[in-house]
Amino acid sequence: MDISFSPQEEAFRKEVRGFIADNLPKDLKGRARRDMQTREDFIAWHKILYKKGWVAAAWPKEYGGTGWNITQRYIFNEECAAGETPMLLPFGLAMVGPVIYTYGNEEQKKKYLPRILSGEDWWCQGYSEPGAGSDLASVKTRAAREGDHYIVNGQKTWTTLAQFADWIFCLVRTDSSAKNQEGISFLLIDMKTPGITIKPIIVLGGVHEVNEVFFDNVKVPAENRIGEENKGWTYAKFLLVHERSGIAGVARSKKAIERLRLMGAAETVDGTPLVETGEFARKIAELEIDLSALEFTELRTLAQESRGHSAGPESSILKIKGTEIQQRITELTLEAAGYYGFPDQHDFNDNEYPVGREYAVGQAGHYLNMRKASIYGGSNEIQRNIIAKAVLGL
Amino acid sequence: MDFSFTEEQTLLRNSVSKFLTDNYSFDTRRKIAKSEAGWRPENWKRFAELGLLAAPLPEEFGGIGGGPVETLIVMEEFGRALVIEPFAQTVVIGGTFLGDASKELKDEWLPKIAGGETVIAFAFAEPQGRYNLADLTTTAKKQGSGYVLNGNKAVVIGAPWADQLIVTARTAGGQRDEKGVTVFLVDKKSKGITTRDYPTIDGLRASEVTFENVEVPASRVIGTADDGLKLVEKVTDTAIAAHAAEATGAMKVLLDATVEYTKTRKQFGVPIGKFQVLQHRMVDMFMNHEQSVSITYMATLKLGDSEAERKKAASAAKVQIGRAGRFIGQNAVQLHGGMGMTEELNVGHYFKRLTMIDTLYGNVDHHLKRYSSLS
Repeated sequence: MDISFSPQEEAFRKEVRGFIADNLPKDLKGRARRDMQTREDFIAWHKILYKKGWVAAAWPKEYGGTGWNITQRYIFNEECAAGETPMLLPFGLAMVGPVIYTYGNEEQKKKYLPRILSGEDWWCQGYSEPGAGSDLASVKTRAAREGDHYIVNGQKTWTTLAQFADWIFCLVRTDSSAKNQEGISFLLIDMKTPGITIKPIIVLGGVHEVNEVFFDNVKVPAENRIGEENKGWTYAKFLLVHERSGIAGVARSKKAIERLRLMGAAETVDGTPLVETGEFARKIAELEIDLSALEFTELRTLAQESRGHSAGPESSILKIKGTEIQQRITELTLEAAGYYGFPDQHDFNDNEYPVGREYAVGQAGHYLNMRKASIYGGSNEIQRNIIAKAVLGL
Repeated sequence: MDFSFTEEQTLLRNSVSKFLTDNYSFDTRRKIAKSEAGWRPENWKRFAELGLLAAPLPEEFGGIGGGPVETLIVMEEFGRALVIEPFAQTVVIGGTFLGDASKELKDEWLPKIAGGETVIAFAFAEPQGRYNLADLTTTAKKQGSGYVLNGNKAVVIGAPWADQLIVTARTAGGQRDEKGVTVFLVDKKSKGITTRDYPTIDGLRASEVTFENVEVPASRVIGTADDGLKLVEKVTDTAIAAHAAEATGAMKVLLDATVEYTKTRKQFGVPIGKFQVLQHRMVDMFMNHEQSVSITYMATLKLGDSEAERKKAASAAKVQIGRAGRFIGQNAVQLHGGMGMTEELNVGHYFKRLTMIDTLYGNVDHHLKRYSSLS
């Protein structure tokens, strides 16, 4: 057992840190901190990393990835969080990309992967439906084969940032006679295809982040199917595991706690910094301890993966604890804001003078919005069911 | 021992409830919050006609002669409908302050409150003060027969709609001294007052208020000059009891909506309410609500007790309400899944209101500390 970094790894950390310091525009950093990134912010940061060759940390080199080992990826994530960069959106890079290079054919790899890397294509995820949330296998969106096409009809929902997307990857039912998880196929659909309409859903912080996506006789070439017909659940599950391993968000949570400390140092209770008052200090300490444990749980998982064991149902721990910690951080941040949690400044921009202190701007909205974390990606109740069943054998 | 309401009180509840059912649907509430004014003055008029604004005020000043229990009834029903109009600020806070004011102020203002002819906001918080009511940098200096006010007040709820502000200011002593606090009734149109108005997360409106050499006559001091803190604490404890009642109303709506939803939402072929893990969660929500109702009754009934008893009960209620509001709010969203996250559904709006009530007049930590300092 050894958790120290080699001199080469330390040098790598320095290189990443220097690159972020030199290349991340200041205004992007501010909006990333307030969780108010624009479409252009996401694209700008993506392209900066692409130019450097660092956009696909986890991809194999042959597909344009970095070829970094797990430690390097871990360091890279830490530095991005510490530097408060915008997130790299997972839908192309972490979700459909790995599905395509794992299960796609050569033509699909050639067509899609370079455009995911370059940021030319924005992807969104067509999994959830109004009747298929936690019970994902009960998808009802139908794809009927007609010659060399599928005709897709149905509805997806909670589709994150679909309003900006060029492509959507979808779970569709291709055999309605089959049992739940069988009869599902995995289709890539061009969002410009006639018959697709998007309806925004405004969530609690007042932001437009998710959408309903409707398919009305949408004609999709059969060559857009990944792998075999009716075997889509296999690919969907592969992707879900991928989704989970990134979901712990340890590095980002560390940075958020650091910001929370700064906020707690600026806020005072009878002249004493809030962060030095017993109750608040205790709560931050508890958060940090839980986060340390989670960090080592994640490292153990990563180490196992690097020895060739794929992440199993244990990765549900990362989802549950990671999101619980994220939610507690936003809760405590809102607490620190005091009365300045009240003003609704969800459309705040950098040219304005904030109501109250700038660090409090958007924190109530962020707290409310982060309630989604225990719902999405398989709700935390479902994750506990997975552990109960697959790990404990109950 | 009797926890029943009198016939008059039941009539009051029925009339509030009926008015809100007929006139304050969730959709209407949304429209009100989004309108330019952010509230409906005509609702205020109707409240006056129905006698709601007079309910807790003394009869000799145009009131109906009720008290904290009447306030509890109105606030609980208002909580169920997420009423925006500033009953707590004007009637509960304004009414309690002015009930302790000079004969002249009482004569002038209590009938106006009861008749819906005035709207009051309470400017007490300051950017540096957090929840300490005595931490004041706003000053009022004697000048001739009156005072001159200078300073900034933070997040004054309902100020954009108010014609009068009740302002706490330091007239003597150091920044956090208990002595030297004076309460003023200030006309919002006074020269030297500027405001920055904004919406709040829970659909209300508030202002940052700046006082620059604002002249206030001595006749507008509420209570005793230099010795206003005790009164401020009594009023905020009264407001805490009222908002606790409001919170229990909001919690009940969330509890009922969640139970109902889990009976109809199906996943894996069964209503999700059949899953034991969710049943237990809802039982905990239920118990949280019941405990909140109980402690709200306690805080309400102890408002007239000794100062120490009153303070302890109010802080206890604030702790229970804060925790229960968070638990019920978060779990109502969780059990509604993605739907609970939307602006469209009412659930999130109750959650927002409960979140803000947790902060108002001090959060859980603040009141735990206050409670332990009293025992």
